[in-house]
Amino acid sequence: MAAYKGHRMNPDKFEKGQIKIILMVLPMVLLCGLPIVFIIFHAFKPMEELFAFPPKFITTHPTLDNFSKLVKASRAGSIPLSKYVFNSLFVTATVVVGSLLFSTMAAYALSKIRFKGAKTMMQINQIALMFVSVAVMIPRYLVVNKLGMIDTYWAEILPLMALPVALFLIKQFVDQVPDSLIEAAYMDGASEWTIYRKVIIPLTKPAIATAAILVFQQVWTNIEASNYYINDDSLKTLAFYMNTLTSTTTTNTVAGQGIAAAASLILFLPNLILFCILQNNVMNTMAHSGIK
Amino acid sequence: MAKNTKVGKVSRNNKAGYVFVFPYAALFVTFILAPVIMAIFLSFTNFNAIQKPSFVGFLNYINLITGDDVFMKFVLPNTVKYALIVGVGGYVLAFLLAFGLANLTKGPRTVFALILYSPSMTTGVAMSVLWKIMFTGDQTGYLNSWLMDIGVINEPIIWLTNADYLLPIVIIIGLWSSMGVGFLSILAGLLNIDESLYEAAAIDGVKNRFQEMIYVTIPSMKPQMLFAAVMQIVGAFQNGMIATLLAGNPTPGYAAQLIVNHIEDYGFIRYEMGYAAAVSVVLLLIVQIFSSASNKLFGEKD
Repeated sequence: MAAYKGHRMNPDKFEKGQIKIILMVLPMVLLCGLPIVFIIFHAFKPMEELFAFPPKFITTHPTLDNFSKLVKASRAGSIPLSKYVFNSLFVTATVVVGSLLFSTMAAYALSKIRFKGAKTMMQINQIALMFVSVAVMIPRYLVVNKLGMIDTYWAEILPLMALPVALFLIKQFVDQVPDSLIEAAYMDGASEWTIYRKVIIPLTKPAIATAAILVFQQVWTNIEASNYYINDDSLKTLAFYMNTLTSTTTTNTVAGQGIAAAASLILFLPNLILFCILQNNVMNTMAHSGIK
Repeated sequence: MAKNTKVGKVSRNNKAGYVFVFPYAALFVTFILAPVIMAIFLSFTNFNAIQKPSFVGFLNYINLITGDDVFMKFVLPNTVKYALIVGVGGYVLAFLLAFGLANLTKGPRTVFALILYSPSMTTGVAMSVLWKIMFTGDQTGYLNSWLMDIGVINEPIIWLTNADYLLPIVIIIGLWSSMGVGFLSILAGLLNIDESLYEAAAIDGVKNRFQEMIYVTIPSMKPQMLFAAVMQIVGAFQNGMIATLLAGNPTPGYAAQLIVNHIEDYGFIRYEMGYAAAVSVVLLLIVQIFSSASNKLFGEKD
């Protein structure tokens, strides 16, 4: 036997040994993937296939029935589906834009501007990575209530805007920007704001894209805000509405299942599409994600 | 963090730092820091959300430990079991899967990583319907139908109200959605290890892949390992809400009652906010314990 040479990660070519690895990861890949495939099939099943016994995994006659029923079901209520869609789009877009703007600004300052307290702030943010928001849902409610934000869009927007992991990932990336670049810009008379816009933002795009995905996922499927802070139905989000549709009563009927599956798919797909588009940026960002 | 990487020591206007940090910091303090401090404060009070909180000292904590049978008998053991399997087990699984994927070519690796990651995008909640359909309690349920087909069971099992199955189901769902940011971070870490390290280690007498993993791979990506550990634990606890989405709160026989469900139960159903706050503080402490354990393992001591 030849001496062990050390192997390489990230091989360029397919070799036989990789089949063994594929077989080992396959069970988990199936466990993760099949439920998603199932929900996609289920959403497009016509009534007779939803009722089929024994139940069928794959749909042979895909239809959009469940989606049109979903729209119809919402007409029965006082709030049209379009209102929920608008609320979700408005809330999600505002949180994502605001969160990215504030996180990049803070990341730039904490990484590249020398001021008192910067290091402490970064450490506090690092501890806050452990923050489990459901643990403090009650005091959070009290804060939202105290600020008079109950039954306003603010309650759905502001509590989600500061995401410690977003700041953390962007800051790790800003750390990679060479100081000489910033010094040069400074020598040329650029202001902090110009440096932020013209140097930092363009060079940290992968981290911004990653943070965008993470923030999007948090907001788009969030039901707590609608649940706890909003009583006025016309301000609630699509995720909340979908969740009421899928509550125990509806899923017990087979017809309700199809509608619920369609609803889940609508909530899930934007996440998937966004991730597929931006996945290269994500891997690039994660390379700098370590906590030192 | 190296101090000398900070630029513009003399001539720059340091006030700009505060201006840039301010919006994020204000939101952070209002919606993260203040609620945590309030939780600690409220945990020493009796508070029903209507009257002013009244100070009761350690009474809530004493009740939690000595008087709350549900907490001691169900919630705490369930939570520990869940955290160990989904948090720690999920973490080990994430590492092993990432290690496997790192040894594949780019094409299959990207596809597999996407599939493994996709459940975590749903944050559990959006997909609760999926699990309700899968675990439907009569013979029209998918799992029941399949198991009856292959002869494992003769009669349909009412999964979601059966105390024996509920916690395992919640754990499986937890694992299902646990290949999140932490997993991606480990994968990226593995792919970015300097190859010369492996060659050097081979010369130094590393004989197989397992030794390589222990002596080269893990030590050279400790920061990612730590980040992933924190993400994994937080994700696990955050997803604990799925139990009550599936089976209501409280879960049948408290079978899958986790600490987050206990908080919801006391805070939003019984309005015993002071007591719920004490449970919250315990949860934050549990997360802290797991995180400092990870820090011991992977933190850089300098």
